[in-house]
Amino acid sequence: MSAAGGSSSHFAWVLRLADTNLVLAQRLGELIGHAPALEEDLGLANTALDLLGQARLLLTHAGQLEGKGRDEDALAFLREESEFLNATLVEQPNGDFGDTIVRQLLFDAWQVPLYERLTLSRDPGLAAIAAKGVKEARYHLRYSAGWVVRLGDGTAESRERVQGSLERLWPFTAELLQADDIDREMHAAGIGADLAAVRGDWERQVAATLAEATLERPRDRPWRWYGKRGEHGEHLGRLLAQMQVLQRTHPGASW
Amino acid sequence: MNARVEADVRRRLADVPDPEIPALSVVDLGLIRHVRVGAGGAVEVGVSPTYSGCPATSVIKADVESALLRGGYDEVRVVEVLAPPWTTEWITAEGRRKLEEYGIAPPSAGQVICPQCGSPDTTRVSEFGSTPCKALHRCAHCLEPFDHFKCL
Repeated sequence: MSAAGGSSSHFAWVLRLADTNLVLAQRLGELIGHAPALEEDLGLANTALDLLGQARLLLTHAGQLEGKGRDEDALAFLREESEFLNATLVEQPNGDFGDTIVRQLLFDAWQVPLYERLTLSRDPGLAAIAAKGVKEARYHLRYSAGWVVRLGDGTAESRERVQGSLERLWPFTAELLQADDIDREMHAAGIGADLAAVRGDWERQVAATLAEATLERPRDRPWRWYGKRGEHGEHLGRLLAQMQVLQRTHPGASW
Repeated sequence: MNARVEADVRRRLADVPDPEIPALSVVDLGLIRHVRVGAGGAVEVGVSPTYSGCPATSVIKADVESALLRGGYDEVRVVEVLAPPWTTEWITAEGRRKLEEYGIAPPSAGQVICPQCGSPDTTRVSEFGSTPCKALHRCAHCLEPFDHFKCL
């Protein structure tokens, strides 16, 4: 995967994907040993592992594009909060199982159509990662959508709670689905994807799942969170403090 | 000369077990993409990761390298090949047979057959199992739980 000498937008755009995966993997990892049932513990941990694997490939690729010698570890462990370009949705706390699984559905329904388009990227490294990742993402989507249906079409309490999760997390989806200058530049260059088309697929998938789950689609809100530009809410700092503490305390430590 | 070296390398790889499912070799699992022998005798082996985050990948790479070093090859390079992505269709017929013998149902998009008693009357208990590549099933006939190698 030789890819040295990418533009700074190219680097930043791949970093957005890498960080979004990495932060969600870290969030899901917090649940290992704490999920409501053994099967869900395994399901969330395996999803986290897939996302982490993709994040490592994406970070390595981003480091090569940047061409300054930073590897996956340097990018994951030695950047400050404002240098992380993940979507704000994935840094939201796990909350209850409904919050965790709704966050996962909103993310998976976005990642599948995004990866499908990235398999045709002019960046061969990115296309290879997407072709590998899309098969994993489809599996994750089947799991998260299945749970949203069970909880929504479950008891009065589970329905009410998961509808609440949906209302709380919905505002963060605008950032995933709306393009800014870098998204548009990367789409025009044939490296990124058309987020309007991704949004079309996302809407269809989410609408179908919510209908089956007897849940109501929240109304859209204006785009107010900008994690993908490095402007984060209150939660990311603490997540990074935990994720980075070992390398910060003992620089260069390894097994 | 190179063809003979390549055949020897492939024979040695057939003895490298998968770290998670030691009943199968890395060749049975369809993980070996290429074997290239350079003019000076340097050997390069291309290995496909199964899942992006599979922790066994780094162990597999190290095991392949040390098996060849032990076999007398001085210059060995193991590279990860991402594209095209690995698929369970690359598991060999021999590999599928060994999986079943080991108690893991080989990948099937349709009905999953119980590897213990051969009954098709099985249900999925969990979409995820003890490793990224497996899901947990149960047989309604012999009542035994078993792993199914997920289709990828």
